[in-house]
Formats: sequence, C-alpha cells, structure tokens
Amino acid sequence: MSETEDSTIMIRAGGLTKAFGALVAVDGVDFEVRKGEAFGLLGPNGAGKSTIMRMIASVSRRSGGTLSILGMDPDERGPDIRGHLGVVPQQDNLDTELRVRDNLIVYGRYFGLPMKFLRPKAEELLEFAQLTEKAAVKVDSLSGGMKRRLTIARALVNEPDILLLDEPTTGLDPQARHILWDRLFRLKEAGVTLVITTHYMDEAEQLCDRLVVMDKGRIMAAGTPAALIQQYSSREVVELRFGSERNAEVALQLAGTGERIETLPDRILIYTQTGEEDLARIVDGGLRPLTSLVRRSSLEDVFLRLTGRSLVE
Amino acid sequence: MSVEVRAHAGARAYFGERRSARSIAFGAWYVCEHRLRTMRAYLMTIVMGSVFNPMFYLFSLGLGIGSYIDASSGGLGQGAISYLTFVGPALLASAALNVGFEECAFPVLGGFKWTREFWAMNAAPISARQVASGVLMAAGFRVVFTVAVFFGFLSLFHALPSPSAWMAMPAAMLSGLAFGSVIMAIASRLEEDDGWFAMINRLVIAPMFLFSGTFFPLERLPLGLQWIGWISPLWHATQLGRVAAYGMVEPAWLTACHIGYLVIMLIIGLALSFRTFARRLSK
Ligand SMILES: Nc1ncnc2c1ncn2[C@@H]1O[C@H](COP(=O)(O)OP(=O)(O)OP(=O)(O)O)[C@@H](O)[C@H]1O
Ligand SMILES: [Mg+2]
Repeated sequence: MSETEDSTIMIRAGGLTKAFGALVAVDGVDFEVRKGEAFGLLGPNGAGKSTIMRMIASVSRRSGGTLSILGMDPDERGPDIRGHLGVVPQQDNLDTELRVRDNLIVYGRYFGLPMKFLRPKAEELLEFAQLTEKAAVKVDSLSGGMKRRLTIARALVNEPDILLLDEPTTGLDPQARHILWDRLFRLKEAGVTLVITTHYMDEAEQLCDRLVVMDKGRIMAAGTPAALIQQYSSREVVELRFGSERNAEVALQLAGTGERIETLPDRILIYTQTGEEDLARIVDGGLRPLTSLVRRSSLEDVFLRLTGRSLVE
Repeated sequence: MSVEVRAHAGARAYFGERRSARSIAFGAWYVCEHRLRTMRAYLMTIVMGSVFNPMFYLFSLGLGIGSYIDASSGGLGQGAISYLTFVGPALLASAALNVGFEECAFPVLGGFKWTREFWAMNAAPISARQVASGVLMAAGFRVVFTVAVFFGFLSLFHALPSPSAWMAMPAAMLSGLAFGSVIMAIASRLEEDDGWFAMINRLVIAPMFLFSGTFFPLERLPLGLQWIGWISPLWHATQLGRVAAYGMVEPAWLTACHIGYLVIMLIIGLALSFRTFARRLSK
C-alpha cells in the first residue's frame, strides 16, 4: 500500500467509466470503500453493477476514469491486487467435473498456497458452506444453492482482504440466505471488506453499511440505507390497490393525502408520516381499496423516487 | 472461536511479501495441475486408450498388412526394412497428434463455455497466458505418456532397428504439442461447438492421416497432392521419426525444415491462443 493513500480506503473510483463499443455500461461513477465496511451496489438489471465488479476484480479494463484498489492501479498491478481479493461472480464458474473438496483445493493452488495449508482449510470452508457431507461428490450433482455456497467458500480460500459478491444469494432459499447473511456479518467482524451487488432490498438494508443506488450506469444516490430512506422517502407508506383500471382515477381523488403519491400500474403508494391515520381517513371517506397495507419506507421506495420505476419489475 | 474468524488467520504465514509472487512464477503449472486432477476422473480411458490403440494398429499393420507386403515385395525398397518399421514412426506421431487434439479442443471450449472455470482462474492472480500455457502443459503430459507407451510397443514388435530410435519420441511429442496449440487457438475462438470439432476430425485429421506419407512415401502421391504432406505436422514428425528409427536417408536441410516447421507451428499456435484467451477473459 502506498504512503500517500489513506490506508483505510480500500477502493477508490473516480469518474470510472466502461464502454462496450457504443454502449456506456458504467458512466463516470465515483465512490470509496473503507476498510471493514460492507458496501452495496443496488440497481436494476443492466445498471452496470457486474461491470463495476469486474473492474474492481481487476480482470476487466476500465475505459476511463481512475480506479485504485488497496492503493494499486489494476491496469498495472492486476495480479497483485487479485491476490488480496475473493470473488463471487454472478454466474458460478466451478469446475463441475471435480469433487467439491477438490474445487477448493485447486483454487487455493492458484494463489500458490501449499497443500499443508489447503487440506485443513478446505475442511474449514466446507463446514462454513455446510457442505461437509458433500465433500466427495462431484459438483455436477449439487443443487444450485449448494453450488452458490461452494462458490462463496472458494472465494475465501486465500483469506481475502476484500470480498466481492455479485448477487451472492441468487438461487438460495430464504433460510440459506439468512445463514449466508450471518456468515457475511461475521466475516465483516473479522475485518474483511465486503462489496455486494444485489437487487434484493432487504438484503441491501440488512447487509450494507453504505450503498449506492445505480441506474443506467450512473449513481443516483449514495449513503447509509437509513439516510437514503430518510432523504428520499417518508417514514411510512400506505399501499392501496383498487384494481388496475381504477388506480389512476382514485389517485386523483386522493390528492393532498400524505406528502406525495406515486401511482403504479398495480397500486397506489402514499408517502406519509402517519400511515394508519391516513388509511383510516381514506376508508372513512368512502373509498374501498381491494387491499391496503401500511409499511415502513424501504430502499425500494428510494429507488422508485429516484428513477420513477420500481426495481423489481 | 467461530469458523469464520479462524478462517482469517492462517494464509498470511504462507504468502510471502507479495501475495501474487508464486502465482506469477508458477501460475501455468497450477493450471496444469488442475487439468491433471481433472484427467484423474478419466484416467482409465486414458490408460486403456494409450495401450490398446498401439496394440490394435501394430497387430493389424505389423502382423497383418505388414507381413503381406513384406512377403510380396521384400519391403519398400528402402533397404531391407519391414513395413511395420516404415509405418511405426507415423503411427507414433499420429497418436501424439490425436492426444494433442483431444486435450486442447474440448477442455478449452469447456473452460470458456461450459464450466467457465478459466474466468475463475483469471480472478485469482493467474494471467490469460498462464491459463493457455497450463492447458497445453497438461496436454503435454498426456502426449508424453501416450508416446512413451506407443514407443514401448514398437520396440516389442522389433520395429525400431536404429540405436537412435528414441529420438522419434521427442519428434512425435513436438508434433502433438504443435498441433494442440493450433487447436487451442481455434477452440478459444468458438462460442459454441456447433460441430466444429467433428468437422476438424473428418476434414483435417482424417485426410492428414491418410495423405501424410503415413502408409506409403509421400513421393508416391501425385504431385498435386503432395502439398498436403508439406503442411501436415504429421508428415514432418513422421519423417523425423523415420530418420531416427531406421536411419532413413534425407538431406540435412530437409530434417531442419521438419523441425523448424513444427517449432514455428507451436509458436504461432501459442501466440494466437494467448491473444484470444486474453481478449476473451478481459472483456
Ligand atoms: N462483455 C460485454 N459486452 C458487451 N456488453 C456488455 C458486456 N457486459 C455487460 N454489457 C452490457 O453492459 C450493461 C451493464 O451490464 P451489467 O452486467 O454490468 O449489469 P448489472 O447491473 O450487473 O445487471 P444484472 O442485475 O442483470 O446483473 C448491460 O447493458 C450489458 O448488456
Ligand atoms: Mg450483474
């Protein structure tokens, strides 16, 4: 790590850009990731999350801007940086012809780690991924969720300083997701810096200390989940459904309720500080929604506010 | 202490000053090691293939066709060598080429397309060149094994009269790697198999086997077809093998030409592979 760089900054991007021909996938983004924090990239399909991840992973070259990982430029010191990273790509790339344990060992060899270290390490990681019983089966015969867990375990074999997780919980059932969140928390406690992309709101809220909301290659907003919600949304949201034909018409009648109203094709959202009271007033006023719900504001609402679109279409 | 926390205490002791130092020095070998591990899964097929392939050819060509030709013509008019001695070096090189093809075609397509494991290697401090070199290195191991076994059978059948016959082995191995490197360059460009390999088998490897002076001297082919031999790594390796195995007489410049052709083929194949591997992995 160079002296001039603040040692607590693990990743620093300035005007980071990536173009594929005419398509600008990442369009001048700026962010910093500090040591030991969990940093999130949140955005819809095609926002450029994976492209940023691959540039941080020092495999894909940037088209413009600056990028420094552990104080090093990936264009110049790619392998040096990669030695300190653990990478969980969006698409699994295990060797499906090898056994589960061998996948971990083979991967550790890529970092030049000796068998003496890797044999016990593989057992630890199998335990971590709850795959101990599957150690000797071929990866081919694992379920999608098991493969995902193995990919994550494999990324830890070199004891990385930064763990890059591109949609880590895709394909996991809810229970496995929660277990994984717990494991990631503990890695963070052990001082590992996490960079996570996701389009699960709850995941971002649970895991990330700080995140950026992205759309079409740009950063729309950045901050802690709580600060983003506070800044871009109200405390509570009333969700009303009147059936897709009536929503727009009813929304006009509701004007003035709460702080702001969003009309989506399938529902009306009323942003307010006092959800229950507003709902009671609406019902008293004679409107009969098919379904109604009062909930806390979430990152989903932040995204909607910023882009005018809902994140999960 | 929890598994997760322990998971973060040990590797540092094994890494030197610079974490990537060993990968930069030995990365290709780690890739090769991985391939060899994968081969363990089909070790039996590899061993059986290497043993039965020469046996079948040698029984058929040596004891069958060979004894017939030798009896009717007294050999090929190239001194008193048996037909088996004549075809032996060609079969040896051909076995090497086939293994080079096998280990460079599907493993490369698979690494990019099916398992995508090349991207995993590249996410560690392994470079695109090291991935390509490692795959070829692993192919080399199989080529060496196959050639050695085949050579053993040739000696058993007394098809190697010259004391310098062993030099047919490096010639065959070189051709296997040279051909493999070109196949690797092709395989790394393919997005899908789409029957390309079956086509290469039928339209490149089969004619190469038949028209490279394998079963009869290249000069017996009509002049218009002799170019097939000249561009074929099999012919060059075969001629080198014949010089070694029974002292076939040929001018020194021609021998140098055989070696040069194979070496250049290997260099070009590798250079092209390096380029496509790097392009594809860094997209
Ligand atoms: N190798 C590539 N060649 C050409 N275009 C690409 C390439 N990789 C990504 N893109 C394009 O760049 C844009 C951003 O893609 P990216 O994969 O980074 O999005 P993402 O935010 O990860 O989306 P998702 O949530 O679907 O994973 C997309 O329009 C995609 O088609
Ligand atoms: Mg993605």
